[in-house]
This record gives sequence, structure tokens and C-alpha cells, in this order.
Amino acid sequence: MEALFFNASNGFLEGVVRGYRNSLLTQNVYNNLTQCENLEDFRLQLSATDYGNFLANEPLPLSTAVIAEKATQKLVAEFNYIRTNAVAPLSTFMDYITYSYMIDNVILLTLGTLHERDTHELLERCHPLGVFDTMPALCVATNVEELYNSVLVDTPLAPYFRDCLSAQDLDDLNIEIIRNTLYKSYLEDFYQFVQTLGEPTRESMSKVLAFEADRRTINITLNSFGTELSKEQRAKLFPTIGRLYPEGNNALARAEDVDTVKACVEYIPEYKAFFDNASKSTGSGGGGGMNGGAGGDDSDGASLEDEFFKREVSINRDTFLQQFGLAVFYSFVKLKEQEVRNLTWIAECIMQDAKDRINDYIPLF
Amino acid sequence: MGYSSYYFYGLGISWISIFIIVGLYLLFTGQGETFNIGRYLEETSPYFWALLGIALCVGFSVMGAGLGIYLTGSSLLGAGVRAPRIRTKNLISIIFCEVVAIYGIIIAIVYSSKIQGASLETLHNTANTYTAAALFFGGLTVGLCNLMCGIAVGTTGATCAVSDAQNPELFVKVLIVEIFGSVLGLFGLIGTSRLWSDVSAKVADGDTLIERGSFQSDCWW
Repeated sequence: MEALFFNASNGFLEGVVRGYRNSLLTQNVYNNLTQCENLEDFRLQLSATDYGNFLANEPLPLSTAVIAEKATQKLVAEFNYIRTNAVAPLSTFMDYITYSYMIDNVILLTLGTLHERDTHELLERCHPLGVFDTMPALCVATNVEELYNSVLVDTPLAPYFRDCLSAQDLDDLNIEIIRNTLYKSYLEDFYQFVQTLGEPTRESMSKVLAFEADRRTINITLNSFGTELSKEQRAKLFPTIGRLYPEGNNALARAEDVDTVKACVEYIPEYKAFFDNASKSTGSGGGGGMNGGAGGDDSDGASLEDEFFKREVSINRDTFLQQFGLAVFYSFVKLKEQEVRNLTWIAECIMQDAKDRINDYIPLF
Repeated sequence: MGYSSYYFYGLGISWISIFIIVGLYLLFTGQGETFNIGRYLEETSPYFWALLGIALCVGFSVMGAGLGIYLTGSSLLGAGVRAPRIRTKNLISIIFCEVVAIYGIIIAIVYSSKIQGASLETLHNTANTYTAAALFFGGLTVGLCNLMCGIAVGTTGATCAVSDAQNPELFVKVLIVEIFGSVLGLFGLIGTSRLWSDVSAKVADGDTLIERGSFQSDCWW
């Protein structure tokens, strides 16, 4: 039945977003890009694709930062086109997508302020999808309560923030706790919202969000080893959704080292495969790390991160097999974001002449 | 979402209360026997049933075609933004939906030729009642078949448009599914053709049951 009325409000936009998805770079283009000798070559290769001459007006010594910024701008332009045309359930759904970027921006700004970085530089580094009006005011906050009362109370993040008001002052550990608490509330809230939507959306999005939650749970556990985060605090940061919830979460809350974590997730074959592959690639000396920003310092965590990204890409790719659902809008943003990360990685490798690691991007197709 | 559920809730309550009030009124004023379904069916004019059948036939068919065209059309427009090559090819899906409405119209025309004048005395005889019932249920069958056919063709048409935009090889494959969907509407057409050929047989029997060309406009209501 949902097929009957879905198209009345979302049919056009679904067609458009599938069109965007079809113009993602193919494996062929990636092969060509990795052969490039310099960034001018890189630009020439991209001009034959959907990106067109998006770098045409840039002064010639191109930098990877410029490429990343322009590619993100393209993503944002496409997102905004869909967002401005969307109606009721879809518009809320797309707002939910932006909340995760808002959380990242809030954390980036508070962390930057703590380390006394330049405000303007920080604002430029914020993700454009998560920009909100009162964002510059974040830079003056010195403790959590001030942060909440002066800035966040007007933003959509306010209900998520209520859970972490107990944290007293802003230091590195507390900010990390705030980030994870915000994410936990956000994922749970998004999950609840998705349950109210019709069937194909609920099915696909539940799968995507469950994976996202499990990934966060495992990452929090791995990153908390050797820090002063207590086990009770750690357990509070785990999202209460996903395939690991509840017994996997309980086991992970008590985990002491990487091997226990591996044992905890063993009953889900996919996750077991991640750990197996990750240890294999560390053994052979390869292993990515292009996306290792959120991962730990050890190479084990980094290549595990790559496995997670690969899995995320494949889940998001699969949502396009279902028609008449909203999940494609979420998946498109995630796939495009991965593509931007891939381009940045390849450009960076070309810049630094690191040809041996250029193939460590995450293939989309 | 919330408001529409209140609306339907209120609508249901008001209808039920109207029924109860009217029913109690009839019961307590000693007119309980006027609520008589059998007599209602018996006394309703055969013209009413025949014309209602035709109306349902056209109405449901057009509804099916409309639903199908908007399902296909909105997906086609969206998919055509980034892949303009699909627009002409996929008009065939729109035509398939349109055909559904034409089926309804054809049947309505055939059925309306079965309605002829009858005098007050012969109005309720067996053949006329049969003709009326045949037209009503035939029309209803064709209408519902076409409604479902329109939805089926529209949904597969929307899928056809987006899959063609992604991979041109898929166009023919999805189109075959769509063609099988559009055959569903023909089933209603073929199935009920048996009914209306029966009607003609009854008329041709000619046992003075339907007087052709003697429509007297002031005789039966």
C-alpha cells in the first residue's frame, strides 16, 4: 500500500536522488584517478565526470583542502535542492540527517575553543550541512551549563543535550563523553522517528541505524581502553539500539582488552569477519587508515575502521534496491560523503607521492 | 497524520449516532417495518442498478488510470532530471495506464447500449432484473479489475523509469513485467463479456420482456 501514496509527495525527489546516485564515480574513474601524476591531471580526469569543471576557477597550485571543500559544496548543493523541495515526513527525515553533522560541529568548536584555536579558522572547518545560526557563539562557552543555556537551547540538539548536563567542566574527556552521549540520544531519537514511517523506510533505516549504533558501541569500547573512563560510564554511552543490544552491549561494557571485544561480538558473523580481516591486514603490513581520524592510534583500530566503512557503504548501497522509501535519501548523503573522502585521500596521495597507499580508498561499487 | 485520524474518528461516530437516532425514531413511532432491505432491493428500479454499474465501471477505471499515471509520472519526471534519455521511452508506461481507462469506457459504451426503454408493467420482470443485475455486477467487476490493474501498471511503471535511468538494459525486462500487469485489466473485460452476451441472448429470446424503442419517460418513477 505504501507504494500507492509515496509518490504523491516524494516520487519526484526519489527519482532525482537516484539520478544523483547514478552519477557517483564508477570504478573506472577511480582507476583513472589513481594513475594521475599531479593534481592538474586529477582535475582533468574529474572534468569528464559529473563533477564537471567544479575546480575551474581555482588558482593553479591546487590543494587537497580546496578539492575537498568544493566536492563537499556539491554535496551540500544537492542536499539543499532536495531539502527545499521536500514535504512533511521527508523534510523532518532530512533534518535528522543534518543533526549528526551539527553534533560534530558543536564538538569541533568546543574542542577548538578549549585548545584556544582561532574562531574563524574553526568555523571554516565546520561541515556545511550542520551549520546553524547561533554556532559562532559556541566559541565563548567555558562550561557545559553555559554552553546549553546560551547556545544550544534554541537548536534541535537541545533535547539530546539534556542528558549530559551533569558533566561539570569542559576538558578533553568530558567533551568526548558529551559527543558520545549526544550521538547516543540522536541515534535513539532517529530510530524512534524511523519506526513511525512506513514499511520500506523502517526496514532499511533500521538496518542502517543498527549498524551505526553497533559501530559506535565497538569504537567506544576500543577507545576507552587505557583511559580513565570507568566501566559504568562506558556502559552509559552505548546506544540502546542495534544488533548488539542488549547482551552484546552488556558484555562489551565489561570488556578489558581487544580480545574480549572480539569474543563479545563473535555471535554476529559480519562483525567477527571485521576483526578477522583487520588482524589479517595488519599482519601483512598493509591496512588503510585514511578514515582513521575517529579510530584509535594503533593500526589495529585504524584498519578496523576501514572495515566498518566498507560495511557501511555496502549497507547504504543495498538500500537503493528498495523503491518507495525514504532510506535512499540518507544513503545517498552517506555514499556521497564517502566519495568526497575517497577523492581527498587520492588527491592527498598524489600530492605526497605515496603511490603505494593510493589504492586504500573505499570502493563504492 | 494526527488530525486526519481525529477526522475519520469523528465521521464514524456521527454516522453511527445518526443511524441509532433514526433507527430508534422508526422503532418508537411504530414504523419499524419501513426498514426492510428485501423490499428496498425489490422495489429499486432496474435502471438504477444498470446505471450504477456503468458509473462504477467508468469511475473505478479512471481512478485506476489516474493513480497509475501519477505513480509513473512523478517517478519518471524525477528520474528524467539526470537521465533525459529515458523520457520518451518511458511514455509507454503512461500509455499502458491510459489504456486502463479506455477499457472502462469501452465497457461502459457496450453496457449503455443494453439499456432500453421499458413500460411500467414489464419493468420488474425476470429478464429486466437479470439485465440490471448483470450490468451492475459486470460494471463493478470491470471497474475493480481496472483499478487494480492501474495500480499494478503504475507501480511497475515507476520502477521501470528509475531502473531504466540507472541501467538501460533493465528497461525491456521491467517492461515485460509491466505488460503482464496490464493484462490483468483485460481479464475483467473478457470475464464480463460472457455476462453481457447473456444479456443479449435474453433480449433476443424476445419473450416480450424488453420492449425495444418504447421508452416512456414518465412511466416508471
